[in-house]
Amino acid sequence: MTDQKKSPAEQEKVGVYICHCGSNIAGTINVEEVAQWAEKNPNVVVARNYEFMCSSTGQELIENDIKEKGLTRIVVASCSPHMHEKTFREATERGGLNPFLFEMANIREHGSWATNDKEAATSKAKALVNGAVERVVHHAPLEKIPVDINPNTLIVGGGIAGITAALELAEGGHHVYLVEREGTIGGRMAQIDKTFPTLDCSACILTPKMVDVGQNDNITLLTYSEVESVEGYIGNFNITVRKKARCVTEELCTSCGICEEKCPQKVIDENYGAGISYRKAIYRSFPQAVPGYPVLDKENCTYFQTGKCKVCEQVCPTEAIDYEQEDKVITFDVGNIILATGYDLFDARQIPQYGYGRLANVFSSLEFERMVNASGPTAGHIVLRDGVTEPESIAIVHCVGSRDQNHNEYCSKVCCMYSLKFAHLVHEHLPDAEVYNFYIDMRTPGKGYEEFYHRLLNEGTHFIRGRVAEITDADRHPGEEGKLIVQAENTLLGIQQRTPVDMVILSAGIEARHDAEDVSKLFKMGCDHDGFFNERHPKLAPVSTMTDGVFIAGACQGPKDIPDTVAQGGAAASQVAKLISQGTVLMEPVRASIREEECSGCRICNTLCPYNAIEFDEEKFVSRVITALCQGCGTCVAACPSGVIDGAHFTYTQVMAELKGVLWDVQSDVLTKQEVA
Amino acid sequence: MSDHFEPVIVGFLCNWCSYRAADLAGTARIKYAPNLRPIRVMCSGRVDPQFVLQALRSGADGVLIAGCHPGECHYVNGNIKALRRFTLLRKTLEQWGIEQERVQLLWASASEGTVLAAAVNRMTEELRALGPLRWGEKVLGDNGAAHLVVEEV
Amino acid sequence: MTENGKPKLAMYWASSCGGCEISVLNIHENILTVDEVFDIAFFPCIADFKIKDVEAYPDGYIDICLFNGAIRNSENEEMAQLLRQKSKVLVAFGSCAYEGCIPALSNLTTKKATFEKVYFNNPTIDNPDRILPQHSTEVAEGELTLPHFYHTVKSLDQVVEVDYFIPGCPPEPPQIWAVLQVVIGALTAGQPLPPAGSIIGAGTMALCDECTREKKEKTIKRFFRPYEIQPNPDQCLLEQGIICMGIATRSGCGALCPSVGIGCRGCYGPPDGVEDQGAKMLSAIASVLDVGHESMDEDVLEELIQEAVDTIADPAGTFYRFSMAHSILKRVKNGKGAA
Repeated sequence: MTDQKKSPAEQEKVGVYICHCGSNIAGTINVEEVAQWAEKNPNVVVARNYEFMCSSTGQELIENDIKEKGLTRIVVASCSPHMHEKTFREATERGGLNPFLFEMANIREHGSWATNDKEAATSKAKALVNGAVERVVHHAPLEKIPVDINPNTLIVGGGIAGITAALELAEGGHHVYLVEREGTIGGRMAQIDKTFPTLDCSACILTPKMVDVGQNDNITLLTYSEVESVEGYIGNFNITVRKKARCVTEELCTSCGICEEKCPQKVIDENYGAGISYRKAIYRSFPQAVPGYPVLDKENCTYFQTGKCKVCEQVCPTEAIDYEQEDKVITFDVGNIILATGYDLFDARQIPQYGYGRLANVFSSLEFERMVNASGPTAGHIVLRDGVTEPESIAIVHCVGSRDQNHNEYCSKVCCMYSLKFAHLVHEHLPDAEVYNFYIDMRTPGKGYEEFYHRLLNEGTHFIRGRVAEITDADRHPGEEGKLIVQAENTLLGIQQRTPVDMVILSAGIEARHDAEDVSKLFKMGCDHDGFFNERHPKLAPVSTMTDGVFIAGACQGPKDIPDTVAQGGAAASQVAKLISQGTVLMEPVRASIREEECSGCRICNTLCPYNAIEFDEEKFVSRVITALCQGCGTCVAACPSGVIDGAHFTYTQVMAELKGVLWDVQSDVLTKQEVA
Repeated sequence: MSDHFEPVIVGFLCNWCSYRAADLAGTARIKYAPNLRPIRVMCSGRVDPQFVLQALRSGADGVLIAGCHPGECHYVNGNIKALRRFTLLRKTLEQWGIEQERVQLLWASASEGTVLAAAVNRMTEELRALGPLRWGEKVLGDNGAAHLVVEEV
Repeated sequence: MTENGKPKLAMYWASSCGGCEISVLNIHENILTVDEVFDIAFFPCIADFKIKDVEAYPDGYIDICLFNGAIRNSENEEMAQLLRQKSKVLVAFGSCAYEGCIPALSNLTTKKATFEKVYFNNPTIDNPDRILPQHSTEVAEGELTLPHFYHTVKSLDQVVEVDYFIPGCPPEPPQIWAVLQVVIGALTAGQPLPPAGSIIGAGTMALCDECTREKKEKTIKRFFRPYEIQPNPDQCLLEQGIICMGIATRSGCGALCPSVGIGCRGCYGPPDGVEDQGAKMLSAIASVLDVGHESMDEDVLEELIQEAVDTIADPAGTFYRFSMAHSILKRVKNGKGAA
């Protein structure tokens, strides 16, 4: 009962073009033989061989044959599709066919260039051409998918990267939602005292930008807020943000600071203060906070914990305190997202032999940064944990947690420079103190960085090249009593060295934020080996991600200093501005789709998509691909046990046809089920 | 059948890594065994085990699945799914009597043209030593080749 | 044609267990309707017709023949050819005829190994002279023949053209009755039959469509043999690590096995459009094995995944339990593979 009529695939008219590519192909492969052989395929109407198919004459051959011979499919056997697939698709389109009704056979990179055996190369070319011909008859016309770009942008993270990106876009006339988890923007730069190598006051260069952000009408600043959900796709994201209750009515607050002054409850400031200073239960992280509204920390507030107090309400001159205030959930639409969520410091407690957390006068770099800051808990004086004693000797340990197979293998890029900065600040504050920098290599690549190192060499810093093995208070020799002893191999001298000091600063490395993986899932992109957000290409696309419409900037992409962070913030803004000015983008149609009428709701596919592009409809009990999120990898297509997921342009039928096609000379199964009549 | 048996290997190469590795091998003029017939897929995760089985059924002596190294997949982790399927498929193929060397999984990044070439050379020699598979003729008796198939008691 | 001109029904069993016949009889009182509408032309299970009776029928005499059982030997094939010739409509009835079923599991071994096991190397045989059954034996009265034992078990459609397929091991009685009603409607009231080559008496989607267990996202760390755990009665069995073929099996049976705590075995064959049931099952469950992460070292990854895969005791036998004859590879290579 075989159907005598031709199937649709059998009615296609294929044109085959074998390229000589000068002698690149023709020097090894007998191109005439391949063309003549290809013409024998019942679907092939014309098979040509030509010197340079990618030339305009070559392309015209295709265009003219389509028009004159009524071709419905095109095969070009030439170089790699990575070279000229676009070229020939466009030629196909100019000839009047949908550009996806085209297939390439790679007989140069995979053929003539990879072997000297002419017979084998010609035979392989035939196989690849046959595969392409068998495949192309099953191709379907595909259209690129137009997507409108909403001109608003979401920026997550109010550090210098986020601030830069926000100002670039806002000053360019585009609206930005800047969401920041803390009560104020500013990020890490606000914690820092001086910045290397110029020794600029960090707050002095940061705060004007913060003020700009606060005052720019094109920026909606959402602080003490977090993104809860992200739906949609490039050009059309729907964002839900939870604005946590600060218990302060923003319209009434004048930022006078009286509530903070009078609040009786002191709390250790773990965030901004790095755990070495106090704040109040109602607080601003620092006086130049933007916005200036304080935050009431309910967990440490006497009123919320015991029902008594309410001093802040009593003293507030504008009645801005509102204990009943609730979280507000806000939703809005944006076209693009920039993640600028920054970094966390490596927790040196993971290296117990360095004594951080156990030995009082071992400090982390952030702790020291806060201490040496004039607005810090000691007004900038460098003192030991007792708060009083000035150290006479300080050791600065490089590479804590970095370049370390036990922790992070990568180099954190900024620690050498900030270690040198610390050394300088110690010399400045305590001119008589001895400073020892224990380093492995001195990494000072930026503008003015090497010169800064040289300056420190001249300031009398002792540099010891050796990784610190241990920091201990167990004295063994005279002069070590009551000191911290830094044990390291001085590799330049070739000796073991015990250096007794009063204070140790651990230059801990930069790590990805500890919730970075959760954040990446929320925004439907991924993290790399080390937990930093994954860029689309490490060299050519450092601020894009694999997810269209989501960009990254700053330390969340990887360790970097302030200049590079600012550069990336601008780069991400520029990418977004490009999309906004395009207004509409065309997305590649190579994507998956589920035939819902045939889906049994088994849900095998639901966990397979790294872009979360597969959703489950609880009412209809079927799975569905969100087309715009799908990147076309085909993993779900292969996994679906019912075979109801179609992978456009890489369908089961197409790949099977190509597969059987390339095996034309070794296939023996001429009898198929259909032909058993 | 000639004395000198040339194995036929079907390769599933992923667009971003291994296909580019094969391109690179060619661009760098690295000469290697011409026995591989590459088929491009966007990701090694697209490789349906049915493709592998069909390749063997249709006369291939071996199948090479090549993708990005774990951690480098352009689509994040399609290659991990490919690895899981390959591991279970290999266990199943053992029961079908198909030697381990005939279906292999290779990681090759876009810059590893030499790795791909070396793998194809190695696999070609391994298959040459094992002999042709030619499933249709030698196992199923296609084209009346029953005499090749049945061992009488 | 008999005198009263009723349509003719035949049911034949090739390499089968008889369960399909029992399933037909399990349509209970509806069998009386069948008896009313049809004349039985050939039905070895319940009536004493001989092969020469069938050979004497004109071609196409039998209106509908339900052929169950796989093609194991030359007699099975000869009967398939004969009944094809004598039947207007030939139905591959049940999993054996449709796709090989349990008899086709013999394709995991070889004819040689099978004979050696059965006639020489098993504990209940004492055959020191290694006597084997022969196709042809001369005796005083003439030549005695036995059918040729095929090296490879085939499905019905691999030896003759088949009009319809009814899957199931056995097909469920309500489905059988539904199909018979369609046939009766066609014969008596001119109602249309489904297109030739259809799979009937079953659904089109995977079994999950019929199964009432709660299905969530699948993240399976390992698999368990059915005796190893006591599965939760409301949750998808696959999610609990029990291999349930339901995701790769055609619906139609009402998800009987999962409803009593046993993973679907796959006896209704693959859903519409799937060529190789075992390969699709393999692909699906390997894909959702929640083992290994892209941040791990390659060796660690391989080890972890191998460990999880090794919790599946017999992949070929489990995934191809019913569909071996219709699988892409069809049988194991000679001399290798588990017997």
